[in-house]
Amino acid sequence: MTIIPIGPYHPSLEEPELFRLTVEGEKIVDCDWKTSYNHRGIERIAEGKTYDQCLFLVERVCGICSASHPIAFCNAVEDMAGIEIPERARYIRSIIAELERLHSHLLWFGLAGHYIGYNTVWMWAWRYREPILYLFEKITGNRQSYAMMKVGGVRQDIKDEDLPDIMKVVDDLEPKLNMFIGVALDDPVLAARMKGVGKFSREDAINYCVVGPTARAAGIDMDVRRDEPYAAYDRVDWKVILGESGDVLSQAVVRLLELLESVKIIRQCLREMPHGPISVEVPEILPGEGIGREEAPRGECFHYVRSDGGNCPVRLKIRAPTYNNIPTYKVRVIGETISDATIILASIDPCYSCTERMIRVVEQGRETMGWSDLLTLSQEKTKRIMREMGFNEEDAFRGLRI
Amino acid sequence: MAEEDIIQMVKGRFPDKAMEARQASPNRVYINVKKEDARDVVGYLFQELGGRLITASGVDTRAGIEILYHMAFDKKQYKIVTVRALVPKAFPEIDSMAIVIPGAAWIEREIHDLFGVNFIGHPDLRRLILADDWPEGKYPYLREEKA
Amino acid sequence: MGIKTWALKKSPWVFHLNTGSCNNCDIEILDALTPRFDLERFGILLVGSPRHADALLVTGPVTMQAAPRLRHVYEQAAKPCLVIAVGSCACSCGIFDGSYHIVGPVDKIIPVNIYIPGCPPKPEAIISGVMKALNSL
Repeated sequence: MTIIPIGPYHPSLEEPELFRLTVEGEKIVDCDWKTSYNHRGIERIAEGKTYDQCLFLVERVCGICSASHPIAFCNAVEDMAGIEIPERARYIRSIIAELERLHSHLLWFGLAGHYIGYNTVWMWAWRYREPILYLFEKITGNRQSYAMMKVGGVRQDIKDEDLPDIMKVVDDLEPKLNMFIGVALDDPVLAARMKGVGKFSREDAINYCVVGPTARAAGIDMDVRRDEPYAAYDRVDWKVILGESGDVLSQAVVRLLELLESVKIIRQCLREMPHGPISVEVPEILPGEGIGREEAPRGECFHYVRSDGGNCPVRLKIRAPTYNNIPTYKVRVIGETISDATIILASIDPCYSCTERMIRVVEQGRETMGWSDLLTLSQEKTKRIMREMGFNEEDAFRGLRI
Repeated sequence: MAEEDIIQMVKGRFPDKAMEARQASPNRVYINVKKEDARDVVGYLFQELGGRLITASGVDTRAGIEILYHMAFDKKQYKIVTVRALVPKAFPEIDSMAIVIPGAAWIEREIHDLFGVNFIGHPDLRRLILADDWPEGKYPYLREEKA
Repeated sequence: MGIKTWALKKSPWVFHLNTGSCNNCDIEILDALTPRFDLERFGILLVGSPRHADALLVTGPVTMQAAPRLRHVYEQAAKPCLVIAVGSCACSCGIFDGSYHIVGPVDKIIPVNIYIPGCPPKPEAIISGVMKALNSL
């Protein structure tokens, strides 16, 4: 019996983690975890900040979801105070949130490729992610942490002269996304590597209350954007993508197809965005409580705010999507091999950079295997499958053409 | 009215339990229950009405620690039903929901860490959120601890 | 310049360590390695073990749980080893200052050579910071 720790670093609010996989030979028989590495006590800090300052704080819950948390927080305060935001602000919120989904899913796809030994995919996906960050810098002034949202609307307008530029980036991106989708769906090696791996049933998904693409991949029809429309999602035409089996492949497919839906939403929003004010005056906030939700790239993001009538919230509860998705790792990973452990963890899309480091195999107190060794193991499996199927490495991603 | 529905349904299901319900807005319902009844009510919402547990929050108030279970009903008119139970600070104990809903295990461990609430019957109440060397018996989210 | 410094400057390998960051700085560091910015043209390579590292890129305020691990990683790294604090939080705790679970900025735990402020610093800033650190040797 050997114990392999994965972790410990994980960068979202309460989600840093250390997984301890218990293995027998190649097979994983049990799994346990420890979090707290990134626990920064954000909910406590928020109690000493005004509502305006809180926005900057919740933006830093997670760097990748830095539009989702502020929108969820605004939704919660607006729910509490009964504020209706202007039409134009709704469209701007949707545009920012969907651009974020594009960059986040591309980031995920790149890293997923990296974990199974397709470094080319990593570099390509991240290359096409750059123009979106360029757009963010153009629209908001910052590549990450956009500071666009405020209670009662948005902080900055999208200028009319920027619209053609945004449209162009999105137009340029679409054929690349189609290429990625084609490649991911057609590549036999990828299918062999991801299909049927890390499965979990619909019942597990319901019991563990999973959210977002992880739930949709298991066939659970939920999406906050449709179920409780905020921003401009009820004003544009799009559809919820559903998978069936909940394995790694279906999660990848759900995310990739969602990219195209995001492109669709952005195009419509850009075209139909009305002119007008971008924010409303916020009335005095009375004692009360409010709940706000947002569909972040990783799933439903939840904020609960309680006010006693003062300038600061007396309680802010934040629930990031990964918090509900991570516990399913246990049911998904047991019975799989060590070489699949990384891609199964990756498929939940836990905010990543954590899984990048500090994975060690400790055998009788002696380190025998590092994160890079485990990664090599995963990549070797891909190569083995390639050889068995009669491909050589140059054949990998033949579809990948500019 | 669809919104009234859920309150009537819960009250009709548990006629002998004292509870008080409030419709904050068309899609927000708050139900206050006694802490002994919380598991029954949340279990009913989860198992029979098909609600999804979003999360639980703890709030430290003058009267005691409030534990709120937020249940989502994505396909219904009432989007979020919050079940609220008050736990006295002197004996912070409540029945664990993790037996009924496996997805509640983590959030109850977290509330245990931050508020010192004991969840009776929780399968695994080890420390989750706070550091290994955090002092025992110190709960950062209780008012007395605020610097 | 001793032989160790010469060897360090030639092709510095970096180990990236997150001590409680929100992810922003981490993805900007990874971004700096991907095609648009391509840090690898300077011979800079991201490695998976502190034992192979010439420089530690530390992001985020140091949380209670991470502090002993940070010290441990620093002790593991072969000296001379540059420590680069990336982002406002690593430099000064930023918005998280005063939280009950935060020990302090990185320089309270281990000595820091270069501070790169910004929330998050752009990849250009990270590249410039790393190059300044190397040139200062």
